[in-house]
Amino acid sequence: MSVWTLYEVFVRSKHGLNHKHVGSVHAADSAMAIENARELYTRRSEGVSLWVVPSALITASSPDEKDPLFAPADDKVYRHASFYELPEEVGHM
Amino acid sequence: MNTQEDLIQYLLLLGDTALVQGQRLCQWCGRAPAIEEELALMNVGLDLVGQARNWLEYAAELLNDGRDADDLAFRRDEREYRNLLLVEQPNGDFAVTMTKQFLYDAWHYQVLEGLCTSSDTRIAGIAAKSLKEVTYHLRRSGEWVQRLGDGTEESRRRMLEAIPQVWRFTVEMLSGSDGETRLARTGFAADPARVAAGWSQQVATVFASVELPVPAAANYFYLSGRRGLHTEHLGLLLAEMQYLPRAYPDATW
Amino acid sequence: MYAQLVETGVKRIKSLDEMSAEERNFQEKIDAEIKIEAKNWMPEAYRQTLIRQISQHAHSEIVGMLPEGNWVTRAPSLKRKLQLMAKIQDEAGHGLYLYSAMETLGADRDQEIDKLHSGKAKYSSIFNYPTLSWADMGAVGWLVDGAAIVNQVVLQRTSYGPYSRAMIRICKEESFHQRQGYEMLLTMMRHGTQAQKDMVQDSIDRLWWPALMMFGPSDDNSPNSAQSMAWKIKRQSNDELRQRFVDQTIPQLELLGCTVPDPDLKWNESRGHYDFGEIRWDEFYEVLKGNGPCNQERVATRRKAIEDGAWVREAAVAYARKQQNKNAA
Repeated sequence: MSVWTLYEVFVRSKHGLNHKHVGSVHAADSAMAIENARELYTRRSEGVSLWVVPSALITASSPDEKDPLFAPADDKVYRHASFYELPEEVGHM
Repeated sequence: MNTQEDLIQYLLLLGDTALVQGQRLCQWCGRAPAIEEELALMNVGLDLVGQARNWLEYAAELLNDGRDADDLAFRRDEREYRNLLLVEQPNGDFAVTMTKQFLYDAWHYQVLEGLCTSSDTRIAGIAAKSLKEVTYHLRRSGEWVQRLGDGTEESRRRMLEAIPQVWRFTVEMLSGSDGETRLARTGFAADPARVAAGWSQQVATVFASVELPVPAAANYFYLSGRRGLHTEHLGLLLAEMQYLPRAYPDATW
Repeated sequence: MYAQLVETGVKRIKSLDEMSAEERNFQEKIDAEIKIEAKNWMPEAYRQTLIRQISQHAHSEIVGMLPEGNWVTRAPSLKRKLQLMAKIQDEAGHGLYLYSAMETLGADRDQEIDKLHSGKAKYSSIFNYPTLSWADMGAVGWLVDGAAIVNQVVLQRTSYGPYSRAMIRICKEESFHQRQGYEMLLTMMRHGTQAQKDMVQDSIDRLWWPALMMFGPSDDNSPNSAQSMAWKIKRQSNDELRQRFVDQTIPQLELLGCTVPDPDLKWNESRGHYDFGEIRWDEFYEVLKGNGPCNQERVATRRKAIEDGAWVREAAVAYARKQQNKNAA
């Protein structure tokens, strides 16, 4: 049947915000993918900017690697401001 | 004729053409070549019916005879309709549909661009809003003409058959009525000569990009949408569209 | 419910002890209300059940455009025309959101649509009933979308992330559909002529029972429900949802000044719910099997659209390829 490409769609909902993944569309080329994404994901003024990328080009981290990739960050409390206790006289910092 | 009457005729031309094209697009519902295209066709239709409502509301106000936009849409006979002949033609296959859409969009774009600076601020306002929508319509239909014109052998063959089928009706895009010319002179309407030139250039550019031959300028003179002399297709289209208000004249929907 | 009868292929639910480590880990996540995402390990039966359910749901949205398409060219005013066009557009959009969620499971949209066109895949039985008057556009919005919403609100909490997110989006957009339908009927009942009022009542008479059938077989005859509930694909039983729909709809019906064709319908004080009559299950299963009033037409229309459109889709691909080659050269 049709051999249109699957594209992942990212929408920037407002100026100043990141593009966020919302789903996918089928299209023959990227121009059509932008238009199809516009019809599908921004019918109610949900966006000011669109990205489309062929799904096949996305590399995702594997859930099997979740621990080696992300767990090591969990105990690095010194990366967070709340780790450092200062006397009250210092005020807001 | 005074300006008021010219203006009413002009608003009916804009409103009726958008409405009839919108109605043709409704007929694609559930039958489009891809689901994505269902959304896209309906979106264009939605824009056009919305625009038609704006133009017909204004026309009804100027007519000031107790009729509203719905009365104008649903209770006028084909002889009173002022739409371009092109848009009332049957949808045919997707090549015919997109050819019609593109030829109309190219004209529509030129007209609205001219109207953005109309000396009638109400018209200028509606035009400015509509132009944004139609810019997108034109981009889309132009792309489809290119895709089909330079796609497969079959799609090209279908385009080469579609263009001559509807081309004769483009004669209405090349000249306006006397009323339009009068309105243009006072800055109310888009200048028909400029619309014609812009339209011809736009069509030539897109056709040339995929080596579709542009037929010689149409010189069809038998019928005229602007004078309410339509092809047989409009009557049936209206019979379907107007069925409920005609069958239940006292109803409230 | 848009997916009325979804096979799980599971005869008996395994206990945690009988499960492999992977299965147990998966089930524990489900039990802890942690959403399953596309790349997570999942039992093959869970994946297949979801593909069946989401595709049925998507097919229903797409086929659901047809009964409305039957009237969109005859809408009685510009306002009603615009509303109906916007609604139909949403149906197509919702079909696409759902196919998109389904594709994250590795299913191919075109293959699943082929199953619809060959009669192998199901879709909601409701769309196999004809729309015979303009009032049906109101009744479809109010009753059919109303029934769908009851189901979909619960499905927002379904265990598969992409399906749940599609449901959240759909529920947000669909809230206008039911209101639009009801307002349309209310206008006819309050301001319309006698002919219009008769039209509304006739429409409710024809669509009431098919709307109740949308929730699927009764719980006694729902062998697949237990597994779907254990996986939290499904969150509430068919009968619970059907009861909720009846309870919330009858007061709206009374406000309209209409009746439903059920002599057994009455408020049951002790249950705190409405009692209602027995659904004609033979009719339900016949329609689901493909023998309803419009099954053949609906499937044939969709098949023809996609077959007739093949040359268009191919042309678009051929053109894209040529452009790519041009740019590469």
